Amino acid sequence: MTTVSWSGEPGTSRGPGPFLSVRDLSVEFSTEDGVVHAVDGLSFDLEKGTTLGIVGESGSGKSVTNLAILGLHDPAHTQIGGEIWLEDRELITADRATMEKLRGDRVAMIFQDPLTALSPFHTIGRQIGEVYRKHRGASKKEARDRAVEMLRRVGIPQPEVRVDHYPHEFSGGMRQRAMIAMALVCDPDLLIADEPTTALDVTVQAQILDLLKDLQQQFGTSIILITHDLGVVANTADDVLVMYAGRAAERGTVREVLREPRHPYTWGLLSSMPRLNSSVDVPLKPVRGTPPSLLNPPSGCPFHPRCDYPRLAGPELCFGQRPDVSPETGHGDACYLTLEQKRELRTTQASDQTEAQIDARTEDGA
Amino acid sequence: MNETLLELKGLVKHFPVRGGTLIKRQVGAVHAVDGIDLAVGEGETVGLVGESGCGKSTTGRLAARLLEPTSGEILYRGRNIAHSSRRELKPIRPEIQMIFQDPYSSLNPRQTVGTIIRGPMEVNDIDPPGGRRRRVQELLEIVGLNPEHYNRFPHEFSGGQRQRIGIARALALDPKLIIADEPVSALDVSIQAQVVNLLQELQRELGIAFLFIAHDLAVVRHFSQRVAVMYLGKIVEIGDRASIYERPRHPYTHALLSAVPEPDMSSEPRERIRLAGDVPSPINPPSGCRFRTRCWKAQDKCAEEVPPLVRLSGNREGHLTACHFPEAPTTQGEDVVLDPALA
Ligand SMILES: Nc1ncnc2c1ncn2[C@@H]1O[C@H](COP(=O)(O)OP(=O)(O)OP(=O)(O)O)[C@@H](O)[C@H]1O
Ligand SMILES: Nc1ncnc2c1ncn2[C@@H]1O[C@H](COP(=O)(O)OP(=O)(O)OP(=O)(O)O)[C@@H](O)[C@H]1O
Ligand code: SF4
Ligand SMILES: [Mg+2]
Ligand SMILES: [Mg+2]
Repeated sequence: MTTVSWSGEPGTSRGPGPFLSVRDLSVEFSTEDGVVHAVDGLSFDLEKGTTLGIVGESGSGKSVTNLAILGLHDPAHTQIGGEIWLEDRELITADRATMEKLRGDRVAMIFQDPLTALSPFHTIGRQIGEVYRKHRGASKKEARDRAVEMLRRVGIPQPEVRVDHYPHEFSGGMRQRAMIAMALVCDPDLLIADEPTTALDVTVQAQILDLLKDLQQQFGTSIILITHDLGVVANTADDVLVMYAGRAAERGTVREVLREPRHPYTWGLLSSMPRLNSSVDVPLKPVRGTPPSLLNPPSGCPFHPRCDYPRLAGPELCFGQRPDVSPETGHGDACYLTLEQKRELRTTQASDQTEAQIDARTEDGA
Repeated sequence: MNETLLELKGLVKHFPVRGGTLIKRQVGAVHAVDGIDLAVGEGETVGLVGESGCGKSTTGRLAARLLEPTSGEILYRGRNIAHSSRRELKPIRPEIQMIFQDPYSSLNPRQTVGTIIRGPMEVNDIDPPGGRRRRVQELLEIVGLNPEHYNRFPHEFSGGQRQRIGIARALALDPKLIIADEPVSALDVSIQAQVVNLLQELQRELGIAFLFIAHDLAVVRHFSQRVAVMYLGKIVEIGDRASIYERPRHPYTHALLSAVPEPDMSSEPRERIRLAGDVPSPINPPSGCRFRTRCWKAQDKCAEEVPPLVRLSGNREGHLTACHFPEAPTTQGEDVVLDPALA
């Protein structure tokens, strides 16, 4: 596993640095109701050949961030600020032709939403083959063979038959695998996978995640894996970025973030997940309150309206001043609680949870 | 179990596969659902899990009568609606609602949220006290969306938010049975927890029954009183929650449970059963037990005889397993089965 450096001065000329570097990214949409601040001052790095898991609330800007990396936002309604470096190339200022060439070839994306990404009018095989022909100049026959091979690689049974089917003839999970096949057809350097396995059962999910790992080992692919499933992150990612309201709440290695989570929002995420051995009689524990408005984001720490600890951390800070991720490298988070306070709070929570579990077991036994 | 609300009997759905170069004629069929027996009691939640493509959504759509079965019976309150006409179905349509897997394609992009949620009330001529608009705003609040979003369009919402719009729409007619096809898989864990708590409240307070299709086995366990495990068009194991999660007998159920990724980095990783071999095709399902091509316990008998779905000795009442050589009823460490491919 590589260590990730998260700092770095924005600049124009860059020496050898991380493979992908996002600096102070902001994405705003103009809508009838006003400006939506979907991403606001987000920075992160991705090293070559590693996997970064991005988790966070629905609406926290995960997809929007990655669409910005791919240059897929509609410029008429979108304001993008900051910098996105792919090795020595800046992508926000890159022209359309450059982005068009990058997409599908060096940079590929598995979309969250397989139905809108696949055309209903063409066979699966044709759609996979098309990408290959466009970027590799392959013949029709080569493209079809490649499509069959890719379908086999993602575990579609009878790929020679299925290659001629239309998307509506596939189940949800099979469509997702077809999407993955399409994304991988040119062996990309950077793969952005937006919820690639949410539509899949756990055994196929495990297969797909293995497949992505294999690909990474074989070709040194860098992967951004967007998911809601912290279990998937635990099993797949090297590093994690936890997003909240378009900003980074916490980041670090998987081990750091999952074993010693520091941000109250990360605690909330972990405690709202049911486990295979948790009590079924206690309601799940979601983060209280409602997601923040992105038209009028909360002042200070964007999490403060839902947080239990502003009084402990210092209300004037929590309500008044945006926390940045600190420290600048390694395991960091954007919260004003001291490390000591975080450690204590986490230990209390953990023991509460164990107690609840012991209670549950005694109930089950009774 | 309470009074039976929905009962599927010997339900079969085959989709024709067409081939040929000039004239497209039927050359085979996808055996999407191949003889399923399943009952849902009033106010009960039955979880439905299984491999992608095994026929869960098809079962759900049959139960909601959005599809007509090839054969078999669909009894709703004892009445067979398997082949009922549109007109015959009209009075029960409001009682059976569906929440879809895909929050993107299931919402009309040209309609506002208000129009979408009001839709079922309009189609069925229902005027709630206080008016439709009030009711829609109430529903938006119930599912945790801002009532001010009434005039927004689906594309202005994130994936998770859109799914809540779908749930609000399903609740609009006070249904008795909701077929929920992956209602929470697009949601982040916190909102997923809110929605599961919400569905659970709806179940407890309004007595709504659920057929709950999902991949997240921890969520299914949390929400379902009974769970059915499907593989390639058939139910391979069914039972109450404790039987399926603590005393599973079918090798496939073992494989599923072992593949659940858990976020606790501190505990030793569990032994995972990697299923060897390809997912067989539902066009040519294997003879005998359909799981045999990937099963580590398969013997000759498995290819020759279809294992019946029965209560094995050692199973609790209502816990049925379709396997000739079932696993011991436990998920404890010493019983972990290794993949033959790794041995
Ligand atoms: N084209 C758009 N116009 C206006 N607002 C938008 C647009 N696209 C996204 N948004 C808003 O930007 C925010 C971030 O959306 P995004 O899709 O990135 O969320 P996400 O983190 O991927 O959520 P999910 O996990 O639900 O997919 C959301 O509040 C969404 O409503
Ligand atoms: N309209 C259709 N025409 C032909 N085949 C179909 C059709 N709908 C579904 N199928 C096939 O039926 C089988 C079962 O599909 P279904 O969507 O029910 O699976 P599922 O269990 O819901 O899978 P997933 O977990 O991936 O959503 C699949 O092989 C699928 O390709
Ligand atoms: S900065 Fe304050 S409001 Fe924000 S998470 Fe920390 S304690 Fe809570
Ligand atoms: Mg998204
Ligand atoms: Mg499905």
